[in-house]
Amino acid sequence: MNSTMGLILSGWKKPELKELSYIRSVSAIPFGGKYRAIDFVLSNMVNSGVKNVGVLTQYSFRSLLDHLGSGKEWDLDRRYDGLFIFPPSLAGDDSGWYRGSADAMYNNLSFLKRSNEEFVVISQGNGIFKMQMDDMLEYHIKVNADITLAYRKMYDYRPVDLSRMGIIKLDENSRVVDLQEKPLHPQSDLGSIGLYMIRRTLLISLLEECIAHGEYDLVKDILIKKLEQIGVYGYEFKGYWRNISSVQNYYRCSMDMLNPEIRRELFIDNGKIYTKVKDEAPAKYNEEAEVRNAIVADGCFIEGTVENSILFRGVTVAKGAVVRNSIVMQGTVIEQNASIDYVILDKDVVLTKGKYLKGDSEYPVVISKNSVV
Amino acid sequence: MTKKSIIALLLAGGQGSRLGILTKKAAKPAVLFGGKYRIIDFSLSNCTNSGIDTVGVLTQYQPLKLNNHIGIGKPWDMDRMHGGVTILSPYIKESSAEWYKGTANAISQNIDYVDKQDPEYVIILSGDHIYKMDYSNMLDYHIKNNAEATISVIDVSYEEASRYGIMNANEDGKIVEFEEKPKNPKSTLASMGVYIFTWSVLREYLLRDESMQDSDHDFGKDIIPSMLEEGRRLWAYKFVGYWKDVGTIQAFWESNMDLTKRVPEFNLYDPAWKIYTPNPVKPPHYVGSNGSIKTSVIAEGCMIYGSVRNSVIFPGVIIKAGTLVENSIIMSNTQINEDCRIDHCIVGENSEIGRNVEIGLGVNVPNEHKPGIYFSGITVVGDRAEIPDGTRIGKNVMIDMFALHEDFYGCDIASGSSVYKGGVCE
Repeated sequence: MNSTMGLILSGWKKPELKELSYIRSVSAIPFGGKYRAIDFVLSNMVNSGVKNVGVLTQYSFRSLLDHLGSGKEWDLDRRYDGLFIFPPSLAGDDSGWYRGSADAMYNNLSFLKRSNEEFVVISQGNGIFKMQMDDMLEYHIKVNADITLAYRKMYDYRPVDLSRMGIIKLDENSRVVDLQEKPLHPQSDLGSIGLYMIRRTLLISLLEECIAHGEYDLVKDILIKKLEQIGVYGYEFKGYWRNISSVQNYYRCSMDMLNPEIRRELFIDNGKIYTKVKDEAPAKYNEEAEVRNAIVADGCFIEGTVENSILFRGVTVAKGAVVRNSIVMQGTVIEQNASIDYVILDKDVVLTKGKYLKGDSEYPVVISKNSVV
Repeated sequence: MTKKSIIALLLAGGQGSRLGILTKKAAKPAVLFGGKYRIIDFSLSNCTNSGIDTVGVLTQYQPLKLNNHIGIGKPWDMDRMHGGVTILSPYIKESSAEWYKGTANAISQNIDYVDKQDPEYVIILSGDHIYKMDYSNMLDYHIKNNAEATISVIDVSYEEASRYGIMNANEDGKIVEFEEKPKNPKSTLASMGVYIFTWSVLREYLLRDESMQDSDHDFGKDIIPSMLEEGRRLWAYKFVGYWKDVGTIQAFWESNMDLTKRVPEFNLYDPAWKIYTPNPVKPPHYVGSNGSIKTSVIAEGCMIYGSVRNSVIFPGVIIKAGTLVENSIIMSNTQINEDCRIDHCIVGENSEIGRNVEIGLGVNVPNEHKPGIYFSGITVVGDRAEIPDGTRIGKNVMIDMFALHEDFYGCDIASGSSVYKGGVCE
């Protein structure tokens, strides 16, 4: 994969994520106890040998910039290449705001042009998965595709979720013959996972052509419109994959992390998931702690009951407090005898003594960052 | 501007032989401590938190783990343009090649390093204590008293005092007498092995000490006494707080256990005084549906399906269902299989304990080969050991590093015995 560079599209507005994405780009959503969503695709790229990665970002990117820094944690703080972050920049003619994914790439065409890699792997930044991209590149070269699109049989998705993604149809040679973006009535369960492999020079010319036609979107204006002219092939990804796009699927996907097989696939086999580290002491459990089926990060301090839940770094669960079926983000404090069930507490929330919050597995309650309840 | 007021020299070459198997392949400062740290992290983090950004680390005994750990000093914010961390190992000179012969000699051999930094003051530290100390306050004290040497002291009990170097100081803190391990101590102010010297003065004494054939080249035995004799200005700086020498198996175990208490005397969680160390790349730890953890410290990457009580568990440890780990220290990436009972045990890194193993049984008899090391009831398992299923192990047992199934002479390892790699006692 020395010959491949990476582009991460870190996300447009996701109103379905409500409070979780008001203050941060969807790729920067905290996930799995210590990560942010973008860590997965970034680590996948690094683990596959990609050394030159650009991150295109638009909305509320402060926390993303803070997280990525120089790229050191992903071993992307390099003398040549490494990590490049491209927020929109206002140019003299007031242009520069990205009008779509293709426009975002076009605005940073100089990055594509000055890079030397033969191929580009383009991905969304909100997928939770572990993938070795070398196999996809091999496939891309073997079938002589212009664009290879990674897809997955979404057997474990509900129809309502399928209608939020790109659904494809393949011919017998795995060539993509139809691509419908967010169809009301999905015709198959083959969903695009928003990951594409393409020759760099071809990408540059497709972008130039797209923008020249006054169009701005990679999927709608390039992939769908050009399906007949260029060879788009489907590459099947068989592993675990979820993309974070709504509170419901954020919650479900987080809870999947309690499943040992999924955890093994994501975090242990075939390379590590890297993230920005924080210097926290190991978690401390006191006498009263009752913790079962839970993920607990460093710096937590537990004197209460925690079940079927995920605690991020530096969470305090005081005596008599009960945390069930919940996700509690960094630095949040649950005071004595407070209790939550099916709740997502964002960072630095304080749940004061004796308070009780309850959501539903389909509609978890979300408490936004820095709230005092 | 770039001239340094103070730099630190950290003596990290000690073997720490009373830690037994824990220091077989690592210097004492490199021994793991507190669920994710190594002992040297406390002194290094003290430097960071005190604003000292230039540290020479003097290594000698088994430096591999230490060198690996420190690297370019990034975790301690010591990857710097000017200064930063430098590993100073013994080296061959034009006319001689020698090891560090004593604490003072180790500094003497690195006079060039200090001269290059050209500091006003140097602070000499030893990398084998657990404590939090703001060295900048000590430096202020040194400057205020116009001292030539300031020695950090801690009040110890009268009984303990005869194990330390004792400073007898007058009311304002000026040292009038120094006694090394006195039988009848006149005071209880013990030297912590933390010294600030005005460099020009120390440099002179080091050079003089080098030329003396019968010197031990030691700060406590030679440099401090001769400075006192010659009427130099030496001051005692009183430190109040948690300070532990973790030089023995028992002390090491105890200070780890201290961390599991409800309000530990030694607080690792103070955001204003963080302890830094390289962070392992591991997911948060997982507690299984039948897992149970109480009064313990658990690091990232662990998977706990059994029960843990009063223990310190390092990153990546797997404890399987039906197993109970109590009063123990389990180091990184070790796996303990189903239905074991582990009590009062220190298990090294990357070891594997089979099913149905019991450790910590029976009577408390000291180890037959090393009664001076293993006598307090704690069994120690070295790194990368593999203990076969169903083994029953007593107290004060030593299981060698790399000991494999064939090295075990039976299923019952009685208290006080040892299992050596290859069956040979060294």
